[in-house]
Amino acid sequence: MQSVREIRVPTTAVVDPAFARKPDPLADQLMTISLGPQHPSTHGVLRLELVLDGETVVSTIPDIGYLHTGMEKTMEKERWQQVVTITCRMDYLNSMGNDLGYCLAAEKLLGVEVPKYAQDLRVLFCELNRLSSHLVWFGTHAMDMGAMTGFFYAFIQREKILDLYECATGARLHQSYFAIGGARWALPTSFHGLCEDFLEGFPAFLEECKKLVTGNRIFQRRTQGVGVIKKENAINWALSGPTIRGSGVNWDIRKAEPYSGYDTYDFHVPVYEDGDVWSRYLCRMEEMEESHKICVEALKRVKQPGPHLSNHPKLKIPDRDLMKQHIDVMIHHFLIASEGFTIPPGEVYQSIESARGELGYYLISDGDIKPYRVRVRAPSYVNLAALPEMVEGSLLADVVAVIGSIDIVLGDVDR
Amino acid sequence: MAETTETNGQAPVSTLPRSSVRYADTSLLRTNFADTIVEIKEALGEITIIAKRDGLLALLMHLRDEPKLRFNYLADIGGVDLGEFAEPRFAVAYQLYSIELNHRLRVKVLIEEGDATVPSACGIWKAANWLEREIYDMFGIHFDNHPDLRRILMPADYEGHPLRKDFPLKGY
Repeated sequence: MQSVREIRVPTTAVVDPAFARKPDPLADQLMTISLGPQHPSTHGVLRLELVLDGETVVSTIPDIGYLHTGMEKTMEKERWQQVVTITCRMDYLNSMGNDLGYCLAAEKLLGVEVPKYAQDLRVLFCELNRLSSHLVWFGTHAMDMGAMTGFFYAFIQREKILDLYECATGARLHQSYFAIGGARWALPTSFHGLCEDFLEGFPAFLEECKKLVTGNRIFQRRTQGVGVIKKENAINWALSGPTIRGSGVNWDIRKAEPYSGYDTYDFHVPVYEDGDVWSRYLCRMEEMEESHKICVEALKRVKQPGPHLSNHPKLKIPDRDLMKQHIDVMIHHFLIASEGFTIPPGEVYQSIESARGELGYYLISDGDIKPYRVRVRAPSYVNLAALPEMVEGSLLADVVAVIGSIDIVLGDVDR
Repeated sequence: MAETTETNGQAPVSTLPRSSVRYADTSLLRTNFADTIVEIKEALGEITIIAKRDGLLALLMHLRDEPKLRFNYLADIGGVDLGEFAEPRFAVAYQLYSIELNHRLRVKVLIEEGDATVPSACGIWKAANWLEREIYDMFGIHFDNHPDLRRILMPADYEGHPLRKDFPLKGY
């Protein structure tokens, strides 16, 4: 705690006591301030109750729940296939990844094999999604620390990715493109050219970013050694994604427990040891390069068309000609169209590597046409819990840098 | 290796090729924790341990520290309401993962509605703090010795627990 500042009065000059500086009555007191919930640097509606000693953070209490919309409850009332329209609204920056996690979990319960073309589609869109999510992070993270220009550059690139989504799915933000058993439809032919154009220009943009922000001495000084969390602690707090890889833990679910054929792609997982904001920044920047590499490979693969949806009788709409000949096919079509399908009872936990970390779905089925329980392990929620420990003892301005570096999305935190 | 049991009459169907599923070695647990473990079952490539509440913390501590298991990563704690009239009513499921050995395990505790209390795992994994608070908020399950058991998503003065099955989906 700071002591009361000494008053230095030059001895030679005679000073009128009325003008002498009085000791500050607040100097040795703690101050509690509320950061948010409407503060732009909290990336949504997060409120932090900060106890400050001067400019030093003594303790932090995150207050969340402003965006809680009861999605887990809503999912219990939707049919299996309809839930996909809700999952993409949780983490709205990583919507495809959210859909994928749910679809994988339901497919595991149902015992469905997803066709190869659909798997490649999934990888392509998840990696494009990782790029667009990291671009928002890059723009806002730099802007939080006063670098305005990076934001505009990042959003130009993100706009191009959103155009790609629009071309393939019809929607820019909440695509709901994946379905249990594959994807809703195959890619339009116009997509390939658009995607190629984007992927060609992207490495040049990353180089620009490196000149603009990575090489910026002010940015480096603001981030190096700030918000440190060490390896053991990071594991104990169950951090995931680039946040734990910035603390020197080499763990990526795409490598450790590959899904959707990630094991057939050639990419490496960037890991940095220091556990500070700078390490997490470097991790994400390098991840964008790797994602770009995966996208190029996946785009090559999706040029060979194939079935986009599984042939499983519960998922595939029956053939129209057969329907006209057989009454049981007609009944089957009626059931699928009117009430959906059932999934055998069981429980499953499926996790994927979203842009923020381990996104897990704990799905329980009781054999009904709706899920009995959908529990979402949201990466932002778990990562945010470690914030008080990361910022303790640092300056108020660094809190903003740390929040940016764990890349929370409040839709994902509150669900 | 845990024995294969059927779930509610349905034969488990694994979509994963057998070689890619990494099972944790649970062979010794059954003898060491005979009083705590009710059942170890395997379905869909996942192992679930059904445990009693007494001795749960010792079991979790063992799972974290035993060199052959080393579940140092608490991925998730999820609450389940098994139904308004079910006995026991609630389940709490711990999803464990080992970063070094790359395997997963689920520990499930069943608890009665009249005595809905579980010992807190905050002393074992710090991550348990917020996860347990969410279950307290959503299901009204208490966690003994939790350092800061308050509501987290709902307002502090809120009445009721939204994820219980008897909680209405729409307003009154």
